[in-house]
Amino acid sequence: MDLFEYQARDLFEAHGVPVLAGIVAHTPEEAKAAAEKIGGVVVVKAQVKVGGRGKAGGVKVAKTADEAYSHASDILGMDIKGHTVQRVMIAQGADIAEEYYFSVLLDRSNRKYLAMCSVEGGVEIEQLAVERPDALARVSIDAGTGIDRAKAEEIVDTAGFAPDVRDGVIHTILTLWEVFEKEDATLVEVNPLVKTGSGEILALDGKVTIDENADFRQPGHAELEDKDAADPLEAKAKENDLNYVKLDGEVGIIGNGAGLVMSTLDVVAYAGEAHGGVRPANFLDIGGGASAEVMTAGLDVILNDSQVKSVFVNVFGGITACDAVATGIVRALEMLGDEANKPLVVRLDGNKVKEGRRILADANHPLVTLADTMDEGADKAAALAYGK
Amino acid sequence: MSIYLNKDSKVIVQGITGSEGTKHTALMLKAGTQVVGGVNARKAGTTVTHDDVTLPVYGTVEEAMKETGADVSIVFVPPAFTKDAVVEAIEAGIGLVVVITEGVPVQDSAEFWALAQSKVDADGQQVTRIIGPNCPGIITPGESLVGITPANITGKGGVGLVSKSGTLTYQMMFELRDLGFSTAIGIGGDPIIGTTHIDALAAFEADPETKAIVMIGEIGGDAEERAAEFIKANVTKPVVGYVAGFTAPEGKTMGHAGAIVSGSAGTAQAKKEALEAAGVKVGKTPSETADLLREVYTSL
Repeated sequence: MDLFEYQARDLFEAHGVPVLAGIVAHTPEEAKAAAEKIGGVVVVKAQVKVGGRGKAGGVKVAKTADEAYSHASDILGMDIKGHTVQRVMIAQGADIAEEYYFSVLLDRSNRKYLAMCSVEGGVEIEQLAVERPDALARVSIDAGTGIDRAKAEEIVDTAGFAPDVRDGVIHTILTLWEVFEKEDATLVEVNPLVKTGSGEILALDGKVTIDENADFRQPGHAELEDKDAADPLEAKAKENDLNYVKLDGEVGIIGNGAGLVMSTLDVVAYAGEAHGGVRPANFLDIGGGASAEVMTAGLDVILNDSQVKSVFVNVFGGITACDAVATGIVRALEMLGDEANKPLVVRLDGNKVKEGRRILADANHPLVTLADTMDEGADKAAALAYGK
Repeated sequence: MSIYLNKDSKVIVQGITGSEGTKHTALMLKAGTQVVGGVNARKAGTTVTHDDVTLPVYGTVEEAMKETGADVSIVFVPPAFTKDAVVEAIEAGIGLVVVITEGVPVQDSAEFWALAQSKVDADGQQVTRIIGPNCPGIITPGESLVGITPANITGKGGVGLVSKSGTLTYQMMFELRDLGFSTAIGIGGDPIIGTTHIDALAAFEADPETKAIVMIGEIGGDAEERAAEFIKANVTKPVVGYVAGFTAPEGKTMGHAGAIVSGSAGTAQAKKEALEAAGVKVGKTPSETADLLREVYTSL
């Protein structure tokens, strides 16, 4: 999960990373109050999880609290690359002498971590990496030892920092490593890392991505979730512990196993080419134990998607037995009653497939059609979605 | 022959007394796996019984290996305890540890991978191979199952299969049930995994029983692109590929923590193109992929 800048700033502060004052505001009034509290020149910064907000007019300097109020009025509600600005951060103004760059991230190709650092920050770092790769130091980090003092020195010296800032940058990198490690992050990036006129090192803008698999040992992370941004159907699915992603299409999809469900989306999209270009409406993985309850919750979410015209249930019974899945479908349709009002195409294969198909055939539900293969099921579901 | 696992492999189950461990120990025994014991520090000295087989529970992996001669371990413990379980298996010097657990924090995987890499034998070979985490494990049909793959989909044959996804592994085994498999291995869809497509491709290339290879990938990372380069340079056996996730949108996680597209990197299209450039035939659907494999297989 990507964090907002203000959330990253708060985590930085909690781990001793040098940052300036910053207060999140949801209204112009809150922005004004925050500017008054911080005092002096402040920067009003749109909080969106997308780059390029400066160019879009989402970052403005305010010399007074009234000016902060007026900038916040302009920025709140602004659309930046499809993201509506719902909050701004009022940040203390900085006296910037030099701008640097630092990040540490998961390097999945090499199965370790990677630190990147440059004395030329504040720019498009991807561009710098391509145009002048020598200007960006890349230092591999062993996952067993992490960034200790010696490794931080190596990073700083590879990047070529001047002696006057060397210690300050080393200290900052060590605190940023603490954020990475203690918060179970997969990315911690500071751009720019700055030297102020008085020679102080500060993390001025931060990006942090945290690993949701670690939520069980990170109780504080639950409140970092941006509940406003979640699609209502996604939010409902999450309440029921369903692995659901809303997409823009007409054929609802339910399957077991992430890979098979992804593949089902593709097969439905291909089948849709022959049926008016209908597309998959969602990703929904009901996982290994497809109980009636899980099937009901899943169908409930999908049938509440007004875009959905038909549903394709594609299950390969591995450990999950197809008779349990079939029973789940029948019971789900009973429980949903009149809410179940869209045709279902069901393909079952694998463990106890005969029993599963027999249960569905015996139930003879008017909305349910059986398919023998994944391809046939996708085609039928796409045809039904287009036909309606 | 087969890769990584055969009828002589002696297997211990870490988490043998838990619900998943119990269920799958029974299924593995039924599949013919030589399960020789389990590990649970709090239940050391007890036994578990499945039909006519009674298995001892040991306090540590080291003790279990010493008492039973086990060379393979399978991990069914919850995510919070997975790192410790895998570290224990590595420290004990086991040859293969298969990590089924889903939802392991990626920093934990990075740590146990770093540890595994640091333990090498006199020839400089890594002592412990890790498969997973978040994977269905490995099956050498007719000989041994160390994982959760249904053992009755198909039998022994000449196809080698390596896949990021569990259910797609089952689907592909089902599609090619007429041919059968030397070994099918699910490597898992997490950002950091122990055994990669490349490792499995190299092992299948060296395995005389494997005649042709199916490689299943999905969006995210660059493992498939790197596997394509490896195939071009090192694999002489026919390889057929499938990639899931053409319709996945950018920036959304599709179930597997690794299945996320960031920018243009890691898209299904990029992977398909890389594989095709390496001479790998790539199917649009699982059934088309199976047809492609059958075509090359029957012309061998």
